[in-house]
Amino acid sequence: MTSIETQVLQPYKYGFTTDIDADVVAPGLSEDVIRLISKKKGEPEWMLEWRLKAYRHWLTMREPTWANVKYGPIDYQAISYYAAPKQLPKVESLDQVDPKLLETFEKLGIPIAEQKRLAGVAVDAVFDSVSVATTFRAELAKYGVIFCPMSEAIREHPDLVKQYLGTVVPTNDNFFAALNSAVFTDGSFAFIPKGVRCPLELSTYFRINASSTGQFERTLIVAEEGSHVSYLEGCSAPTRDENQLHAAVVELVALDNAQIKYSTIQNWYPGDENGKGGIYNFVTKRGACRGKNSKISWTQVETGSAITWKYPGCLLQGDGSIGEFYSVAVTNHRQQADTGTKMIHIGKNTKSTIVSKGISAGHGQNTYRGLVKIMKGAEGARNYSQCDSMLIGSECGAHTFPYIDVRNSTAIMEHEASTSKIGEDQIFYCKQRGLSAEDAVSMIVNGFCKEVFKELPMEFAVEAQNLLGISLEGSVG
Amino acid sequence: MLVIENLHVSVEGNEILRGVNLTVRLGEVHAIMGPNGSGKSTLAQVLAGHPAYTVTAGSVRYEGKDLLDMDPEERAREGVFLAFQYPVAIRGITNSYFLRSAVNAIRKHQGQPELDPLDFLQVLEDKLAAIGWDDSFMNRAVNEGFSGGEKKRNEILQLAVLEPRLAILDETDSGLDIDALKTVAEAVNRLRAPHRAFVVVTHYQRLLNYIVPDQVHVLAEGRIVKSGGKELALALEEKGYDWLKPAAAGTTA
Repeated sequence: MTSIETQVLQPYKYGFTTDIDADVVAPGLSEDVIRLISKKKGEPEWMLEWRLKAYRHWLTMREPTWANVKYGPIDYQAISYYAAPKQLPKVESLDQVDPKLLETFEKLGIPIAEQKRLAGVAVDAVFDSVSVATTFRAELAKYGVIFCPMSEAIREHPDLVKQYLGTVVPTNDNFFAALNSAVFTDGSFAFIPKGVRCPLELSTYFRINASSTGQFERTLIVAEEGSHVSYLEGCSAPTRDENQLHAAVVELVALDNAQIKYSTIQNWYPGDENGKGGIYNFVTKRGACRGKNSKISWTQVETGSAITWKYPGCLLQGDGSIGEFYSVAVTNHRQQADTGTKMIHIGKNTKSTIVSKGISAGHGQNTYRGLVKIMKGAEGARNYSQCDSMLIGSECGAHTFPYIDVRNSTAIMEHEASTSKIGEDQIFYCKQRGLSAEDAVSMIVNGFCKEVFKELPMEFAVEAQNLLGISLEGSVG
Repeated sequence: MLVIENLHVSVEGNEILRGVNLTVRLGEVHAIMGPNGSGKSTLAQVLAGHPAYTVTAGSVRYEGKDLLDMDPEERAREGVFLAFQYPVAIRGITNSYFLRSAVNAIRKHQGQPELDPLDFLQVLEDKLAAIGWDDSFMNRAVNEGFSGGEKKRNEILQLAVLEPRLAILDETDSGLDIDALKTVAEAVNRLRAPHRAFVVVTHYQRLLNYIVPDQVHVLAEGRIVKSGGKELALALEEKGYDWLKPAAAGTTA
């Protein structure tokens, strides 16, 4: 296997830094810092109180240690909790946005300037702690769809925010969720009113730029009765020697017969081949299928971050509701991922599907951790889980921790798991047909992930495939 | 087009080929026969460039170039094709996508424009028609869930589409029932051409009833011990291999 293990580092392609004047709050966390963030955001009093309550609870909590990942201690007082490009936030139109910012997103392939907008996709662009632009808002408003930065939603739509924020992921849910609740700066808010099929894909692109900062975004999507929405998030960060913390919270609420499709293409800076630098991606994502026959579908392609810790899950409360989780997680070099899902069956005749594909290369460690819980009242619940792991080389690892907790005897559970290795023979077969080693690996891996990629919105499936190719470039000699 | 001289090959320190000499001209079909463990498949794999085999001595010239100096993918792009004895499966990738990627890798190498899916479909239909097969394999994942016979047919289908100058068939007959054998042999016969040479590795003579070779070579203990016309294969069928072993025959070819 020696030739397969040959490692040649390909540079991370999104690792540039934008040189822009920023308003950065001094490192450290205290009630004063939280008051300052709240003030900078022009928040109402109730929001500040909500944050402070979360912060006080956070102080009593301990960082979790159960994940199958290793990293040094995080100094929460060394992080700056707010960084924003200076000119904001008084922009009336995109013409007034700093061209450097437009250029940054342009370089990342996220065109937000008027003439270059992505057809059919509304984008909210978040740069460090603030949203810098949201496209197609007027178009969406015609349908009653609200799509705006979270900070604006707090000011403009306080009733909706109050009604739903923290109801899926409570402020005291876990250590990182509590921290996020205390210090979150921006993120996206989407509200799809009753019976509306959102006419555009909604998308948020998160960019970390400033150093020594953390990014703590908060996203809330509410789909009222009978509405449909498809949302996609992407992210990247500059190449740096330091580790940066990204602790986001995402909450989804689906009422009767509503459907939310949430897709993630996660490409935070993964660190170098020796494991120096990279983002700690400690994220809490959860959807509540509150209404009857509602459906929430998570699709994630996780190729970046030094460490990934996330379990997008579904609370299947409404009778006949459906939860889905489709995941591709790639760890190359020294990356570590502990990811999976939680499907909590509460209502009757609820269904969940889990398809997880873990790919490990180099010294990467990839863990699937998933919980399927069937509560006592969940008559007729069904779950299907499939966990496949692929190993490239012999220094990497794949681990699977499926937890199954069934409290109702009518449940039907299926679990399938497989582990395979890309072998010299597979590569040789492709080479014998004229393909290069890299094309061969990319093809084999894409074939392995096909069941997940087909769940992505068309526009992004190609991007995901290319990204996978880049992440694994150099993993085969 | 292919000149093998004094080829010595080892795998994990064991010498498998011990001085093979063979010359193949364009348009010819050469059969390599021999008992199990004689080195037939090793010869096929070495010509394709499998990394597990080490060439310790000798040379192989292919169309005037040093074949052993080329990477496996380069050999393929230069027209060397191996129909594998045990083709591997590639999950989630359709045959048609796989083949188009291969065709385009070869076209790129030859400085020709790549084919888009529609153009490729047309090329594919023509090739399938040439060997009288339908496209039922094309939308299935490469060898995934294929029966032994289907895998072998798929190899020949790839051969037809990739149009190599040198096609090496490694025990393509093994595991085939008589009907499948005839189908495969007929396709190979249709692919015989003045600008193409075949090296057919087989354990049994029966394949050669359908693919009639120009020359038959017997490989035993790492050397070609006897060469002859198609009659040699019939003699082998009758007498077995023992009479040709170096010790018994006292000769080397």
